[in-house]
Amino acid sequence: MAKRLLMGNEAIGLAAVRAGVNLVCGYPGTPSTEILETVAANNQDKRIHVQWSVNEKAALEVAAGGAYAGARTLVTMKQVGLNVASDPLMSLAYVGVKGGMVIVAADDPGPISSQTEQDTRHFGAFSKLPVFDPVSPEEAFDMVGEAFDLSEQYHTPVILRPTTRVCHGCAGIETGESQKRKAPEGFVKDTARWVIFPRLSYENHKKIEARNVELSKVFSSCRYNWIEGDLEAEKGIASGGVSYTYMKETDLEGVKILKIGTPHPFPEELAVQFLTGLSEVLVLEELDPVIEKELVYVAGKYHLPVTVRGKLTKDTKNAGENSVESVREDLSRFLPECKNLRKQAEEADKAGEVPKLPVRPPVLCAGCPHRASFYAVKEAVGQRKAVYSGDIGCYTLGNAKPLDMVDTCLCMGADVTVAQGLHIIEPDAVNFSFIGDSTFFASGITGVVNAVYNGTDIILVVLDNSTTAMTGHQPHPGTGVTMMGDVTQKVSIEKVLEGIGVQKIVTADPLNLSEAVAAVRDVMEGSKVRAVIFRSPCIAVTKAASRYKVEESKCTSCGQCIRKLGCPAITRKKEQVWIEPSLCFGCGVCAQICKFHAIKEVSGHE
Amino acid sequence: MNKNCLLCGVGGQGVVLASKLIAYAALEKGLKVRTSETIGMSQRGGSVVSHVRMGEEIYSPMIPMHSADVILAFEPAEAVRNLSYLKKGGVAVVNKKAVKPVTAALGQSPYDGEEMLCCLRKQVEQLYVVDGEEICRRAGSPKVLNVALLGAALGSGALGLSPGDIERQLEGAVKPQFAAVNREALRMGAALAQNRPGYERPEER
Repeated sequence: MAKRLLMGNEAIGLAAVRAGVNLVCGYPGTPSTEILETVAANNQDKRIHVQWSVNEKAALEVAAGGAYAGARTLVTMKQVGLNVASDPLMSLAYVGVKGGMVIVAADDPGPISSQTEQDTRHFGAFSKLPVFDPVSPEEAFDMVGEAFDLSEQYHTPVILRPTTRVCHGCAGIETGESQKRKAPEGFVKDTARWVIFPRLSYENHKKIEARNVELSKVFSSCRYNWIEGDLEAEKGIASGGVSYTYMKETDLEGVKILKIGTPHPFPEELAVQFLTGLSEVLVLEELDPVIEKELVYVAGKYHLPVTVRGKLTKDTKNAGENSVESVREDLSRFLPECKNLRKQAEEADKAGEVPKLPVRPPVLCAGCPHRASFYAVKEAVGQRKAVYSGDIGCYTLGNAKPLDMVDTCLCMGADVTVAQGLHIIEPDAVNFSFIGDSTFFASGITGVVNAVYNGTDIILVVLDNSTTAMTGHQPHPGTGVTMMGDVTQKVSIEKVLEGIGVQKIVTADPLNLSEAVAAVRDVMEGSKVRAVIFRSPCIAVTKAASRYKVEESKCTSCGQCIRKLGCPAITRKKEQVWIEPSLCFGCGVCAQICKFHAIKEVSGHE
Repeated sequence: MNKNCLLCGVGGQGVVLASKLIAYAALEKGLKVRTSETIGMSQRGGSVVSHVRMGEEIYSPMIPMHSADVILAFEPAEAVRNLSYLKKGGVAVVNKKAVKPVTAALGQSPYDGEEMLCCLRKQVEQLYVVDGEEICRRAGSPKVLNVALLGAALGSGALGLSPGDIERQLEGAVKPQFAAVNREALRMGAALAQNRPGYERPEER
């Protein structure tokens, strides 16, 4: 069968389809999003139920229910999503499952698109669940099927933790045929199994510890863990994840190599075999020193005279992602006798002088309604003392100059609650909380209930662009469409707020600046929880209305449009202000703020 | 023999599609292929990079420094930013038009595209500066910049793939109504690098 070019995430999604998965849930988050989308795109007969759940906790619980009923289920999320899902995760580890359940939590070394550099392998150890850690898209593809089998064999959820470079790397993969599987048995009543009680947890805890000892032995002969290289060498290298591939790019000789694909439970017998006869080991891994600590433990337990080097000994860096170059440098220090490494590392240092490069931070797109919303609030507030709490999504980019309208950002939903804490301590400030529509549904609502209940003065600004924009435009409860392709009931943000008891709720179009500013001024007068819903679709889910251009005869080149909005479409050609036609989306906000009426809408093909 | 191609530009320029086309073509030839892409926050007007690696034995999805056979840059400063990936004697195909970031308009980060091109002329032995805008105008679509630049890279011969190899991949990768303009842009790009006006060969500098 011909190989297909698949992104790691596509490989994981397709492998789940091939393994006969029945139910797939998740919440979008880079670098995990494409996994669930791949399942949805390969579900023509609608055999699989695929859903974007409202958040990761909901996703994991829905999937757990499906697995209780004997189905194969897959849950997808990014690493910080596992924090949200950690409550059901920790308990589910004790209860276990009947159908196979695989939890994909994608880690993001760097971090490239995340708040933290947390390591899901630790979550595996913390929750006592088995963890698979692929080095490549191909290995990720193979691991999914085996993770389902293992999950069913041991009645436990299994974690697959790819990292960004595996998720977003492509490789040629043979995908094979889908398994034919029997329909799930259905839920079988058994309160001693499915109802968690202290007594049950105690009994199951003992079983889990025994099982993990067994799994450690099983994993010692698992095909994802192996020893290679010079078996008689005195120096060794241990690695897992994408760092292993970086090591393989270097010109290595005379070392023994341990590759780890199941970091938890750690394959102890294999590790003893590896460490025996070695005097020194360098561990190459990203995020936390997980393999390193395991090897230190094994060396101590078996009295092996070997020094383990890595992050703990400052022989490798302890933050950020690895690269071929960083790994080569680490290796050339560890193996000074290996001349090829030194030569390669020195070559990499040679670089010609280059001019100062322009900084290109990510920015809100030209025509993005969030820019207008932030600007409207800034105008309405004027010189009053105000703090702007932001949240996770494209609108975090509202922190950039010249808008400078995001003062805090912590985690999903925290804008609403952080604003309350700020206001309680500093009541003379106006506290705004900016939240996107998808984030509002994911974890914003409980924060609003908290403010209403405790009577805290905040102004909630819901930036409703009708999509989950940052992760690539996924539907959510407010959009009225599902991942099964069905049209469904839309959940109304206004009605939710009304139902909670928010007394003042104003909806406005942010692209109509005077209306938007008036809406903010209107709610600023009141007290308790007040809300403005700025509703205007993301430019990626609509077509450009028109475009605008500068009338040079009227433009005084004052640059107010540039300095106030920071729109990527507005620049200068020589001194003249210029709107780049290929970028302008026709939002018209610049035309509304130009005092000289020098920006005009362009009709047709002008 | 492995071939490495680094594609770079600014979010929204079509870098990912161009890298996919190369990867599909290499896969069809029975080569091993690995790629690595920028997805997520940096897509919003930030610098984007795609690594494409093809050959017999490839481990890392990222190209090691000083080992790209070709740098395909959609923007002059992005070419300079990634110059350390280019191997000695490697080919750089660079779109002439600079994309100024918002920070430049705000005066926080001055930027002159010509300065970047000067730097490239000094440091790159095989440099092709392509007027991508002009090709797009002649092809009749602003959306074919990626394919035009790819054409020039293929025309240089440094990728080990022919324009025909990529043309076959266009069918499945773009909507049918855009296949013709893309083919046209690909051919124009290739013709440029095969010694026509509009690009710079080392000896003409």
